[in-house]
Amino acid sequence: MTSRRDFIKIAGVSLGGMTAGGKAAYQAMANTLEKNSLDPTLLNRTPTYCEVCFWKCAGWVYKKPDGDIWKITGNPDDYNCNGRFCPRGTGGVGMYYDEDRLQTPLIREGKRGSQYYRKATWDEALDKVAEGMKKIAQEHGPECVALFNHGSGGTYFGHLMKAFGSPNIAAPSYAQCRGPREVAFLATFGEGVESPERTDIRDTRCLVLIGSHLGENMHNGQVQEMSDAIDKGATIITVDPRFSTAAGKSKFWLPIKPATDLALLLSWIHVIINEGWYDKDYVDKNTFGFDLLREHVQNMTPEWAYGITTIAPHIIRETAREMANASPAVIIHPGRHVTWYGDDSQRLRAVAILNAILGSWGRRGGYYNPDTLKLPEYPHPPFPTPQRTWREAFPGKYPLAGLALASGLCDATIPALTRNCSIKGWIVDGTNLIETLPNQKNTIEAIQNLDLLVVVDTMPMEITGWADVILPECTYLERYDTVRTGPHRQPQLALRMPAVAPRYDTKPASWMAKELAKRLGLEAYFAWESIEELIDWQLKQVGSSLAEMQRIGVKTFPRKYDDLYFNPAESYEFNTSTGKIELYSNEFANAGFDPIPNYTPHEEPPPGFYRLNYGRGPAHTFSRTSNNPNLTDIMDENVLWINPKVAQEWGIKPGQEIWLKNQDGVVSQFPIKARVTERIRWDSVYMVHGFGHDDKRLTRCYGKGASDTRMITKVHIDPVMGGTGMRGNFVTFLFEPETMEAKS
Amino acid sequence: MKEELIISGRMNDPIDPVLHIWSWEIPLYLFFGGLAAGILFFAALYVIQGKENQFPTAVRKAPILTPVLLIAGLLALFIDLHHKAYFWQLYTNIKLQSPMSWGAWTLMVVTPLSLIWAALSLKEFIPNWDWKLPWLIAFEAWCRKQLLSIAWLTLLFASILGIYTGILFSAFNARPLWNTSILGPLFLTSGLSTGAATIMLMSKDPAERKTFARIDLLLIAIELFLIVHMFMGFMASTQVQIDAARLFLGGEYTAPFWVFVVGMGLVVPAFLEVLELRKKHIPVVVPALLVLFGGIMMRFIIAYAGQASRWLY
Amino acid sequence: MRYAMAVDTKKCVGCSDCVVACQTENHVPIGYCRDWVVEVTDGTYPQLEIELRSERCNHCNNSPCVRCCPTGASHYSEGGIVLVTPNECIGCGACIASCPYDARYPHPDGYVDKCTFCIHRIKKGLKPACVAVCPTRCMYFGDLDDPKSEVSEVLKRRKHKTLIPEAGTSPQLYFLI
Ligand SMILES: Nc1nc2c(c(=O)[nH]1)N[C@H]1C(S)=C(S)[C@@H](COP(=O)(O)OP(=O)(O)OC[C@H]3O[C@@H](n4cnc5c(=O)[nH]c(N)nc54)[C@H](O)[C@@H]3O)O[C@H]1N2
Ligand SMILES: Nc1nc2c(c(=O)[nH]1)N[C@H]1C(S)=C(S)[C@@H](COP(=O)(O)OP(=O)(O)OC[C@H]3O[C@@H](n4cnc5c(=O)[nH]c(N)nc54)[C@H](O)[C@@H]3O)O[C@H]1N2
Ligand code: SF4
Ligand code: SF4
Ligand code: SF4
Ligand code: SF4
Ligand code: SF4
Ligand SMILES: [Mo]
Repeated sequence: MTSRRDFIKIAGVSLGGMTAGGKAAYQAMANTLEKNSLDPTLLNRTPTYCEVCFWKCAGWVYKKPDGDIWKITGNPDDYNCNGRFCPRGTGGVGMYYDEDRLQTPLIREGKRGSQYYRKATWDEALDKVAEGMKKIAQEHGPECVALFNHGSGGTYFGHLMKAFGSPNIAAPSYAQCRGPREVAFLATFGEGVESPERTDIRDTRCLVLIGSHLGENMHNGQVQEMSDAIDKGATIITVDPRFSTAAGKSKFWLPIKPATDLALLLSWIHVIINEGWYDKDYVDKNTFGFDLLREHVQNMTPEWAYGITTIAPHIIRETAREMANASPAVIIHPGRHVTWYGDDSQRLRAVAILNAILGSWGRRGGYYNPDTLKLPEYPHPPFPTPQRTWREAFPGKYPLAGLALASGLCDATIPALTRNCSIKGWIVDGTNLIETLPNQKNTIEAIQNLDLLVVVDTMPMEITGWADVILPECTYLERYDTVRTGPHRQPQLALRMPAVAPRYDTKPASWMAKELAKRLGLEAYFAWESIEELIDWQLKQVGSSLAEMQRIGVKTFPRKYDDLYFNPAESYEFNTSTGKIELYSNEFANAGFDPIPNYTPHEEPPPGFYRLNYGRGPAHTFSRTSNNPNLTDIMDENVLWINPKVAQEWGIKPGQEIWLKNQDGVVSQFPIKARVTERIRWDSVYMVHGFGHDDKRLTRCYGKGASDTRMITKVHIDPVMGGTGMRGNFVTFLFEPETMEAKS
Repeated sequence: MKEELIISGRMNDPIDPVLHIWSWEIPLYLFFGGLAAGILFFAALYVIQGKENQFPTAVRKAPILTPVLLIAGLLALFIDLHHKAYFWQLYTNIKLQSPMSWGAWTLMVVTPLSLIWAALSLKEFIPNWDWKLPWLIAFEAWCRKQLLSIAWLTLLFASILGIYTGILFSAFNARPLWNTSILGPLFLTSGLSTGAATIMLMSKDPAERKTFARIDLLLIAIELFLIVHMFMGFMASTQVQIDAARLFLGGEYTAPFWVFVVGMGLVVPAFLEVLELRKKHIPVVVPALLVLFGGIMMRFIIAYAGQASRWLY
Repeated sequence: MRYAMAVDTKKCVGCSDCVVACQTENHVPIGYCRDWVVEVTDGTYPQLEIELRSERCNHCNNSPCVRCCPTGASHYSEGGIVLVTPNECIGCGACIASCPYDARYPHPDGYVDKCTFCIHRIKKGLKPACVAVCPTRCMYFGDLDDPKSEVSEVLKRRKHKTLIPEAGTSPQLYFLI
């Protein structure tokens, strides 16, 4: 018997062993480092991995004869991109050339939010940060400093925080993104989906996308594999209230009524069980709670779901049939940004269950078993044990949250009677919290309660406008960074090295963290002399070196086990309470949640209001690219998709500028142009997230389009893990800002 | 609903959102070219017919304007070029299929001819004019002797120039509004009409004025016929040409075209000329200026609207 | 030799990567582009169809832009690729007006610029930048005279169309439908 749980343990042990011998091995090669490592400025091509989104494709940066950056292309050896970057990665050069970049450290003068800053030296700025951190640690404990991060700098600042004694480290990629999915899949299969997703799309015969708008969501490998699947004749079924690009490629598009997906999923489970279309052997051998599930869904017929979802019963049956025919090479895609309506963990549980009964987990064309090579940490003293964690801020709430909640840390900053200590200091690295967390008023209130707000960023984004100290990071094209690891069919490492010296007075996060450590008396945790030394040491532990990686960029390693797919002859133990795939979740039951999902209805837009739907535009990443000169050339503002019927009713012409007002009376700061299109339902409007910037220092994108985040004031929190459901907001149209209403 | 969008945000200046590669320079160039062609045509015609003395303005006065017009036209063309330093490339290549090349070379011939005509007219204005240089004096004498041959040559090239001003557009298959063989004759006729109007303006001889009013009336009638014919052709053609015609039949160029070109530029002057021929006292400048105005407007509107008309795909 | 390109409208997701890659590869100034992406949506919600096309110069067999060029700057190069020689171009704009596809633009330096089928890359045995970058691999490039080239193969296999064939330009950019 092979145990997926053992597998994880074994992997852990072997890495521990490597770390122990590490330091000695390093000493042996330290003096050879100099001549082995290359001077980046002399190369006409340097390896990198992309930082424009978190898919982290590995590529090559090419330079012009004058030594400046020419273009970035994918590294053909890299599994994340297969030699092809997405538009954002290709346009990554714009991050480097953007003349609006942060150029020097800045220290605020005047009151918070006043945007009055003076230029500072690095010493001044870092001293001020260290001073602030020390003061909070003395007065409230180091736990009262929190780190928000999204991106590679997080490794170094995270390390610093742990050394400092704070466990409060959160990324918006959990509670605002894929948290519910990870929780649901962990509860069901004992493992999460991870990133890059373990979906075996290239070999699938049926891909079911539930609001995953691949093609607009440009997560590279997935888009590429979807295209491969189309080539191989796979059936694509898209469930989306909007006619997404993926819907346009699909054999079946199910234009579902928003917020009703759970009913559709349950009725699919009903059909597949009642028709006997599930994978009987797989279910018998590997799952727990099948009879309870069968019982549970008995009344959840397609006819029942029809009334809720508006999807015709015969379509529900037909699509269920398609999935069953393809089984086990079928993927009910788990999605990624899944914090929609507050019952997201339950919806994702239904997705997991549907996959389980179709036998797709661990199967070719379904979900493969990924492998990761973890690099050992550079030797350092043990971290201090924190006295408090972010969990204590929410007694009894979100029991299944596996990682810290960015929204939770924000809430824990606003003083409350029930809490004896609130968070007092934030370090924000590579996340524009103002546009990233829902309910901006709440975020700003939290910020107003801080003693210290440090922002590490490359651009003068909204969050920097609230900072006490701004530390300008150089872009990913100008720095070394953590070697990329990450799960895939086979483990790979990818190197990022500077293609050019930093423009302006900017520094890498690794340098900043080490400098702060010095000032905080934590230099023992950053014992390496230079980042090159750190990386070289780590690489040497796994049989590579900095010099080798500078030459090849990406290195592929063999899998530790030959278990990309399950072997039908073997039986497996899953990392759940029963050792089985839990169709009935004991973990959910124990925590007081429905062990098998139930559909609950959600609020609908009041008359004259429309559900605010949002998503990705293929050429932009959130708010981080909206000022990128290359990418604004493709799309320089977001537009509001409005159904022609609605437009006609309101007399809205294509291209007309309108303001939005939501159910709580919040009005958009800027007008947004109407795109009158059949691609959106009459009960919703749609916009691409990441526009409507209100920081004037962003000269290209200031005031372009509208911010969806500003309109998301009502948040439906997932009780299971604290995810922030953001799709339950409704907007109406104004033809003039604030004053006059267009139609009553 | 059918929705067609360029989603990569194309904004190539001056291609998007509608083509506007040619602004005032090219229509002005064509107007001046057409006008000069018209004047030279009449001058040459009456020399050939031996009616120099009947039409002193047409033969001996008006041509003095033509080199000015042609040089101004060439200047406008030059201003239009985006890569001016390479202007000379026009005259190191002869491309028979390229109307631009054609036009450049035609002007290369017509401009010297116009200079000759102007030189011969000079004494009309400055009776005591003296060329001073002996070879110039000899050349003038030679020209006067060869006037008939020069007139034939001028007649030929003035016609080519007049037609060319229309062909430049109609060679562009890509712009449905221009893609009609009627533009050649229409622009030629319009050029002749503006030429006639200019002669009328300059002439002090009532008989000459009357003849040119008659000629102009005829030309206007031909123009109106050609315009109607052109629209009938469009409407009987493919969807793209129907759409092109619609720019003038309810579309955004409707008012300017029918009011400025057809109304003020053709119908009103025609009416006034009829009145004048019927001995009603109409100051000649009015219809003549209207014709010139109509001629300019026609070129501008056809140039702009043509760029706005496109294939559907 | 006859170079041609085929774009699969069924796989293209309209991401515009082909545009960004062309801009960086060919130093196309910001604000201009040699290729662009068109989205056509037809129908009424929820009966809808969408077609996505990455468009560029069609390298027409019978190209009006070459015909109307007064200097010969616009010319046919190897494999039928239509090119502009910058220092023969006077920037008269005739070729721009003559192209039914609006595939050309005046470069800020004065001459007229357009897609070159990345001839500098083809000569090195590479694919055009847009083809090489496309995440959905929906573009095919090659020699139509070679029946084994990927573009010949895919055109044999798949239904296809060209844009405005009625303009008589004989375009060599094919769209798989
Ligand atoms: N309303 C709304 N909110 C959302 C979402 C939504 O769709 N709508 N999506 C949610 C999801 S799925 C996610 S994952 C999150 C993403 O949330 P974020 O990661 O916060 O998204 P960005 O807006 O891209 O902010 C990234 C910040 O990093 C900065 N940055 C870029 N490169 C670097 C670098 O090299 N170093 C440093 N130090 N900084 C850098 C950028 O300038 C920018 O300020 O947002 C979530 N929030
Ligand atoms: N270009 C680009 N690509 C990206 C990113 C980016 O910023 N830019 N960000 C990356 C990140 S971090 C993430 S998390 C992913 C997010 O990408 P996904 O997980 O694919 O997207 P979501 O934002 O969850 O979903 C958006 C889609 O959900 C549909 N939708 C809205 N409401 C409902 C509903 O009630 N039911 C159903 N079935 N569908 C609904 C919308 O119409 C839209 O098509 O994208 C990744 N890829
Ligand atoms: S998917 Fe695109 S933006 Fe994201 S890492 Fe890859 S190339 Fe960069
Ligand atoms: S890169 Fe490929 S998928 Fe993207 S728009 Fe261009 S052709 Fe379409
Ligand atoms: S598409 Fe236009 S520019 Fe290209 S060859 Fe054809 S006519 Fe010329
Ligand atoms: S703009 Fe240049 S390439 Fe185009 S027709 Fe004129 S000279 Fe030829
Ligand atoms: S072939 Fe080359 S020049 Fe033409 S559009 Fe593609 S990348 Fe641009
Ligand atoms: Mo995300």
